[in-house]
Amino acid sequence: MVLSVIALISALGVVLSKNPVTSVLCLIVTFFTIAGHYIMMNAQFLAVVHIIVYAGAIMVLFLYVLMLMNLNAELEPQKRNWLKYAGAISGGALLVVLVAALRDASMPALSAQPTEVGLIKNLGQILFKQYVLPFEVSSILFLSAMVGAVVIGKKD
Amino acid sequence: MTLLSIDWFFIIEKVLLISGVLVLSLVVAMYSTWGERKIAAWIQDRLGPNRAGPMGLLQPLADGGKLFFKEEIIPNTSNRFLFILGPSIAMLVACMTSAVIPWGDTLTIAGREISLQVADVNIGILFIFGVVSMGVYGIMLGGWASNNKYSLLASVRAASQIISYELPMGLALIALLMMTGSLSLKDIVEQQRHGLWNVVYQPLGFFIFLVCAFAECNRAPFDLPEAENELNGGYHLEYSSMKLGFFLFAEYINMFISSALMATMYFGGYAFPGMDKLGLDGNMVTILGFLALFIKTLIFIFFFMWVRWTVPRFRYDQLMRLGWKVMIPLALVNMLITGALVLARQH
Repeated sequence: MVLSVIALISALGVVLSKNPVTSVLCLIVTFFTIAGHYIMMNAQFLAVVHIIVYAGAIMVLFLYVLMLMNLNAELEPQKRNWLKYAGAISGGALLVVLVAALRDASMPALSAQPTEVGLIKNLGQILFKQYVLPFEVSSILFLSAMVGAVVIGKKD
Repeated sequence: MTLLSIDWFFIIEKVLLISGVLVLSLVVAMYSTWGERKIAAWIQDRLGPNRAGPMGLLQPLADGGKLFFKEEIIPNTSNRFLFILGPSIAMLVACMTSAVIPWGDTLTIAGREISLQVADVNIGILFIFGVVSMGVYGIMLGGWASNNKYSLLASVRAASQIISYELPMGLALIALLMMTGSLSLKDIVEQQRHGLWNVVYQPLGFFIFLVCAFAECNRAPFDLPEAENELNGGYHLEYSSMKLGFFLFAEYINMFISSALMATMYFGGYAFPGMDKLGLDGNMVTILGFLALFIKTLIFIFFFMWVRWTVPRFRYDQLMRLGWKVMIPLALVNMLITGALVLARQH
């Protein structure tokens, strides 16, 4: 409950804050609260990997770029009006799609019994037995993304 | 009456253990500063600190007192909140890692078995990884909030260095985990207690881990974020008084924790040869085991300092080349060989 409140407040902070660095910091807090939710669902592995990958690596790179660009609220150029409208329309369209998708979805209540799927041993068994094909396909996807990045980086 | 169903002894025991571990790491970090100066002096044929107390033993107290009483300066153009947050995060993160290290076997006091480990979670090693990856925020925020180009450069260097060296470190650990089959540090130590130390099986992995630990702690020869002759002192350039102290202190705590970690994962932790054949009381063996771990840790700390005063600093492009073109391929090869051997042993 407390976690969810913090998650919502910090997520709002991401969108509403004027300073991009504050925005990123709010996003990091949001990731931590989400990891907290994972732990409460007995998925410790997922929680730690979430922190390592998102908060530990990706957000550091975000922050890195922001700090180098040194964006400030005063220096930021005024956004044009049509840009604001375009943003509002696309955001609204996304909302409509999400609502339409979730309207029919059944939401079974979480069972009170703690599940053991999130523990590392069971997760490994499931990933490498039941879902081995999707797992390998997604890893090939990552590999191709990496190769693409190297190719782009080599051009100049 | 739900209050009574809580195991109060358990809570008291854990609180005592946590404070014990915290005090231990703080005291060790404090005396590492003294040790560092003494070892530097010894290597350079000088005397080192010798004024405060016998053999200069009170020097860390004098230094700490000086830092506390110095004037605190926060630059006008800095982001005040982040400026204070930086050293706080650095210190907090440095103190958090010690929670999953098993400092000893179980003690039996008045019929209760007390484990000398704060939390035996089944993802121990990943927890350490997660916390360590947070450590970079302290440096980045501190460097950026100072609003100084040298600090910013230093924090950018620190971030890319730490992220680059986390990869080979993780790959070296995967090879270790393939052999042990458990992420819990307690299990890893227990396996080494009944078999050979992991360094025998994983010499290359240990070497990679050692080099990466140097880079993660920002220690020489990889101390580029604080290269004083290029960057005027690096990310803590604008800091004064105890905030500067926190940054420096966090480095020493990190050094202590990574030494303890290396001793635990590759050198048997609290296990020492022949510990089950001494015929001593269980509690006695545990205390001896703790001392063994402590001595191993101190040897690693000495090694950290020895390297600092022997090897010159790398250039930044050399550091990156070493990380990406030498360490990662080496770690991958190590992983491949380990995997093949584990598979061969199963059949």
